[in-house]
Amino acid sequence: MSHKSDLIATNIDEYLKQQEHKELLRFLTCGSVDDGKSTLIGRLLHDSKLIYEDQLEAVKADSVKSGTVEGGMDLALLVDGLQAEREQGITIDVAYRYFSTAKRKYIIADTPGHEQYTRNMATGASNCDLAIILVDARNGVLTQTKRHTFIATLLGIKHVIVAINKMDLVDYSEEVYQKIKSDYEAFSVKLDIHDLRYLPLSALIGDNVVNESEKMPWYQGAPLMSMLENIQISSDRNLDDFRFPVQYVNRPNPDFRGYCGTVASGIVKKGDNILVLPSRKTSRVKSIFTYDGELEEAFPPQAITLTLTDEIDISRGDMLVNVDNLPALSDKFDAHVVWMSEQPLLPGKQYIIKQATRKITGNISTIRYKINVNTLEQESTPVLKLNEIARCEVSVSQSIAFDPYKTNRQTGSFIIIDRMTNFTVGAGMIIGASSKTAVGSWDEVSRSDLLSSTDSRVSAAERQARFGQIPRVLLLTGLTGSGKSTIAYALERRLFDMGRAATVLDGQNMRLGPSRDLGFDADARSENLRRTIEIAKLMNRAGLIVICAFVAPSEEVRQKAKESVGNDLLLVHVNAPLEICQERDQSGVYQAVEKEGLDTIPGVSYPYDVPKNPDIVLQTDKLSVEESVNSLIALLVEKDTFDLGVSASLGYL
Amino acid sequence: MTDYHLTHLKQLEAESIHILREVAAEFDKPVMLYSVGKDSSVMLHLAMKAFAPGKLPFPLMHVDTTWKFKEMIKFRDEYTKKLGVDLIVYINQEGVDAGIGPFTHGSAKHTDVMKTQGLKQALDKYEFNAVFGGARRDEEKSRAKERVYSFRDKNHRWDPKNQRPELWNIYNSELNKGEEIRVFPLSNWTELDIWQYIHLEGIPIVSLYLAAERPIVWRDGIMVLVDDDRLPLEPGEEPEMKMVRFRTLGCYPLTGAVESKATTLPEVIQEMLLATTSERQGRLIDSDSSGSMEKKKIEGYF
Repeated sequence: MSHKSDLIATNIDEYLKQQEHKELLRFLTCGSVDDGKSTLIGRLLHDSKLIYEDQLEAVKADSVKSGTVEGGMDLALLVDGLQAEREQGITIDVAYRYFSTAKRKYIIADTPGHEQYTRNMATGASNCDLAIILVDARNGVLTQTKRHTFIATLLGIKHVIVAINKMDLVDYSEEVYQKIKSDYEAFSVKLDIHDLRYLPLSALIGDNVVNESEKMPWYQGAPLMSMLENIQISSDRNLDDFRFPVQYVNRPNPDFRGYCGTVASGIVKKGDNILVLPSRKTSRVKSIFTYDGELEEAFPPQAITLTLTDEIDISRGDMLVNVDNLPALSDKFDAHVVWMSEQPLLPGKQYIIKQATRKITGNISTIRYKINVNTLEQESTPVLKLNEIARCEVSVSQSIAFDPYKTNRQTGSFIIIDRMTNFTVGAGMIIGASSKTAVGSWDEVSRSDLLSSTDSRVSAAERQARFGQIPRVLLLTGLTGSGKSTIAYALERRLFDMGRAATVLDGQNMRLGPSRDLGFDADARSENLRRTIEIAKLMNRAGLIVICAFVAPSEEVRQKAKESVGNDLLLVHVNAPLEICQERDQSGVYQAVEKEGLDTIPGVSYPYDVPKNPDIVLQTDKLSVEESVNSLIALLVEKDTFDLGVSASLGYL
Repeated sequence: MTDYHLTHLKQLEAESIHILREVAAEFDKPVMLYSVGKDSSVMLHLAMKAFAPGKLPFPLMHVDTTWKFKEMIKFRDEYTKKLGVDLIVYINQEGVDAGIGPFTHGSAKHTDVMKTQGLKQALDKYEFNAVFGGARRDEEKSRAKERVYSFRDKNHRWDPKNQRPELWNIYNSELNKGEEIRVFPLSNWTELDIWQYIHLEGIPIVSLYLAAERPIVWRDGIMVLVDDDRLPLEPGEEPEMKMVRFRTLGCYPLTGAVESKATTLPEVIQEMLLATTSERQGRLIDSDSSGSMEKKKIEGYF
């Protein structure tokens, strides 16, 4: 069915050309039983002149039979599909409806209001851009209203229209409308709704659905249809992070090896350097093949076939990403899980987890807490039951590449399948790598029990004698711009000139090398430091003094480093007031906070824990670089790292 | 394309290709039901796109009731040969031996034996476990709730009240032996989308969709094409020549023609948009009773 336009009769070719440029908007309607969802959709179709005569005739006949609307036409009958629910007068399953206007094609997911069908509501919401939450003006905000709002936002819907329906039954009262609006606001303020709008209407009568209401002059906004026509949805897409889950490997002949899939997010261009996850092999995009010809670039949600310059082993379930922009890679992550089965979720039970194109076994290792959808409070629970929602830790048998659902719906979502019944029992939205895991990885033991460390034939004492020093790790922590790197490299130079053997590990060389897959959240920072410390220990073993310059904002993580190295680690707090750091900053991160709202800058938009027991504090707003280096040399001497005899005679102190 | 936008048809195309590839990657015995109609033509075209430059990794199957329009069969054989795809034609031989036909046994019995039972026999014979169909959700009310992956038990039955939740574009492909999934890559397409896409892409379709002078007779209020001499004429009855076309194609005695002057695709679309009755009205099979399609689907009809 489509919008009627005069062009159809007068110039069909022109009309068809216009239709080629339509946008697609998927929205869901949800709310409590009897809020009038089906009636509203029927009304949208009816008032847009989108109903065929024979359908209308059938509805008229059915209306008489069912007698739900006295003497009138029950527009809900246009929508309610299955016989069982027509007889019961409720909607028991997600129904999809289609209509289009001159501007957009719409797909409506009509979702049930009954509590026990919450799973269908989540199903409907998973593919939608917008939600219409219906509220019966007589009843106001109910538990169901809150539940559905919460699920809609949990599933990443950015645009919510609160449609306060049945205004005809409350005399079109502005007071009633305002009361419901403020009740809803009180509840929804706790949720992350990007774009929230309110609207008074009567689906039964047709006020403010397609046509403006004459009965509510106090309402200044647009009717529903015009809201739907004008809401901007294109900016919701993620065009930044290129992710390409490989669906199918196409090898029709020895000369063609194509990786088929749908661009989940970001943009890929011919010639781009890509990385394959989880294998970490790299290659370059040779061509972007489609049936209609090769493309120079591709974007979501295009279905394409990539060919690469190198013959590397890639199969279904792998993810191709841009080398400069990597997702998380972990076998443990935290997620919001909506449970959809009568059989409760049991922590530890093995399920099939399907994420992007990857299918693996896994389990819910911990239910951290259940979310009470009425109060949004957290409650502890041993199991998760049908229609309940919880934050869980998920453990899978192999590491998978993912992003938080919030930034990437395609790579941040998964379903849970019961291995016995084959039923889809749950749906998950990834929050991030488990916080416990990241700090926990400091304590993890090697996966292989075939490994053991072999003693070197060069003893530590021999190395100490050769280098004339006891190897140490200096960990310089402080805000960006406090002077860590400057001091670290100045110290390295001084030590070298003194005949000592030292080297620097800092954010630059770690993040360009061993940690280039890591981001800047707490887990990633922790892991970055863990890797640094492991490398520092190897260098220590080789006899070197290692100077590590890192923001290292977490006290907990610094303690882990201390535990890992032991007394050979000296903690140096490089301290300067934030204003001075911002003034000195050459990397531009502080300006980026202001401009782009980065939320990962310690000291500004991210916590920096001041070290509790540093071995030394360098107040760099007062000390020169020279003085700071002198203090560190003194500290090293104090800790018996080397003695000054020779160096001092050469005039260095 | 610098603003990185896809039109709604390109989005639908991408979604369908995604579904086609998922199935080919996850099932060992997929098959595509090919009915020779316009929806099948679009589905086949999308499959060619999904697996290019390779061949289709599954065969097509046509359950032939032996009462299809002659032109459909000719088109089917020529077009599939041209594309180089494998085609299985299955006919319920028991039904043929028993002389089942729409005129002798009525539309319900004929459809059940030759189409529904025929399909079940074929699925059992070849042990297909993923079966593509060209159905769309906008066709009929009960279809509006069907999943993209629609689970069928070992008796090929659909349980509308116990469907698997289907979220995002992640499809549950887990099956036990003997069970199957019906897959509908065109779920989110509407009739207008189909016609527009055929027009834009220049997809070949059976010319019965375009108006031409054809010999017809009236049966139960619908115009039936006299496609062969199996159609019993009343004594003294003469077929009339009329400008007609077909909005859907099935068994010729069960498919009503509509009067039309639309001899090109844009004209067909124009007539369709100006029409005041919905697409399936020309089919005898749906009008038995309200909810009849739902009953047939539970039984395993596509």
